[in-house]
Amino acid sequence: MTNQPNSFRNQPDERGHFGQFGGRYVAETLMPLILDLESEYRAAKADPAFKAQFEDLLEHYVGRPSPLYFAERLTEHFGGAEIWFKREELNHTGAHKINNCIGQILLAIRMGKTRIIAETGAGQHGVATATVCARFGLPCVIYMGSTDVARQQPNVFRMKLLGAEVVPVESGAKTLKDAMNEALRDWVANVHDTFYIIGTAAGPHPYPELVRDFQSVIGREAREQMLKRTGVLPDLLIAAVGGGSNAIGLFHPFLDDPEVAMIGVEAAGHGIESGEHAASLTGGFPGILHGNKTYLLQDEDGQITEAHSISAGLDYPGIGPEHSWLHESGRVKYLPITDNEALEAFQLCCKLEGIIPALESSHALAALPKLAKEYRKDQRILVNVSGRGDKDIFTVAEHLGVKL
Amino acid sequence: MTARLTSAFAKGRPALVCFITAGDGDTAANLDALVEGGADVIELGMPFTDPMADGPAIQAANLRSLGKGTNTREVLMIADEFRERHPDVPLVLMGYANPMVRRGPEWFAGECHGCGVDGVICVDIPPEEDDALGPALREKGVSMIRLATPTTDAKRLPAVLEGSSGFIYYVSVAGITGKQQAALGSIEENVARLKHATDLPVVVGFGVRTPEQAAAIARVADGVVVGSALVELIGEHGENAPEHVRRLTSELAAAVHSAAREAA
Repeated sequence: MTNQPNSFRNQPDERGHFGQFGGRYVAETLMPLILDLESEYRAAKADPAFKAQFEDLLEHYVGRPSPLYFAERLTEHFGGAEIWFKREELNHTGAHKINNCIGQILLAIRMGKTRIIAETGAGQHGVATATVCARFGLPCVIYMGSTDVARQQPNVFRMKLLGAEVVPVESGAKTLKDAMNEALRDWVANVHDTFYIIGTAAGPHPYPELVRDFQSVIGREAREQMLKRTGVLPDLLIAAVGGGSNAIGLFHPFLDDPEVAMIGVEAAGHGIESGEHAASLTGGFPGILHGNKTYLLQDEDGQITEAHSISAGLDYPGIGPEHSWLHESGRVKYLPITDNEALEAFQLCCKLEGIIPALESSHALAALPKLAKEYRKDQRILVNVSGRGDKDIFTVAEHLGVKL
Repeated sequence: MTARLTSAFAKGRPALVCFITAGDGDTAANLDALVEGGADVIELGMPFTDPMADGPAIQAANLRSLGKGTNTREVLMIADEFRERHPDVPLVLMGYANPMVRRGPEWFAGECHGCGVDGVICVDIPPEEDDALGPALREKGVSMIRLATPTTDAKRLPAVLEGSSGFIYYVSVAGITGKQQAALGSIEENVARLKHATDLPVVVGFGVRTPEQAAAIARVADGVVVGSALVELIGEHGENAPEHVRRLTSELAAAVHSAAREAA
């Protein structure tokens, strides 16, 4: 690549752009609020009390730091590089999503907002949002496509137990994208008292930046843990990418370490050539949706096409803008993995490591058969196990032809 | 190109602005019905899969249109043919950024110019992202018509007005299309605020459904937009919609055109 930047860690610019991506493509009604959010976030970032409260909650409520684990049997199985896991699935609520929700609810409270809304696909972000709302006593409305409501019943019930109102969304394909549209419609009508906790590193600036910053605890811990345990940085990082918050959280603290390679795994569904996938970088084009410019699955007229993935958390036709930028700059490589490959990796991880990974994380694990052998035995690959798979056992059973 | 828009607001009375979605029902016949009914400015909606700022009525119209396979070329053809039939009636395209910029802003601006489109309203390109479309439109003499809202404060207003032409679209409620109407007092106050800051005509939309509501707003603004109520007629009556569209438009036009301006 020509014109390599001096640092990959100083994006976005003051207008919220990551190269040509990102930005603030929102309705005028939301603009003043987005600008307020940005200045409030700057103030919070500089406030030691905010940082202290965030870190205290991460330690005592979420259970951080999450462990760094040497996956000995998988390493043996592949016979290549050492495989290490960052165990985000051990967090409270079972995934990395909670890191971001803690940060955003503290911002909401700081801004004097009294009502929280969020969108959810698989339900993990909905559960994490409902959790922090319960913890801080704020009313919470979760928008969820009715297709997802049907396939993620346990999480719907969890959200309700936590006191959230779950609104099934009937528009479009009734999945994550439509839930996001409906959340935006709610926000624009309730902008005076409502804070929108976006679940991934996407949306209008400053969301991609602040979600990344809150999730970067993953990479900062991993960096320190790897150095402490092995004395060196990992040779390769792998993480699944839907919107891309767990991946950017792991990658960002390593972006300026040229010896660390990075691979983001996109959901290839039934295969890129089938057209039924959720791989925005591999199979999409730059466009504008949900407040940011980024790679999108779309037709030649700019109509957004439906994503497909076995993993509800990856079933979205876009990707966070920083990933689009990292893709074009070449710093991070992106690899498509199919439903079937993810299902195999899911089962292998259960059997060899005694860890049931989320289907999202199984996509990252499914890159190992291709990559482990490309590295020497004295090299290390770190995989972000972003969530646990208890929520997915019904989906997996169905695909394996097992009746529960 | 803005000459048509300018003259629409120079008739010595408030203007009626009517919105329908391109490709929903017999669009050409419905557009003719709007003109025959007395609409002063036509807003033609470009259908989009993800109309985030729209309520149920216009969402449904978008789906009906896309369901029939409407594409960008057809939307532009509808505009082009409208321009041939109605050389003097201003036509504005309204929609979302992605279909507008998909082939590049220069392409879209060139097509608008070629099809006799006078202005473009893009819901999700605020002044901060003007580069995505504004310069290309201005280069071709097509108006970038911006939205101002109840949340557009004094600090932001100059940025919203900068680079705007044709008219200012005041979104009277913080919310989506076709829902509740704002209190008249708040509309009057905000229109006055906008008119103090710009010489452009100020048109008020969102939540305006009946001739009575339209007349009340026309007394305090340069124009009134009606969309969802017309779109609902098209959804309800399908191919027979034009006569219903014509009737409602003429009732709205009579109410709006006869509304006496309260302030000179």
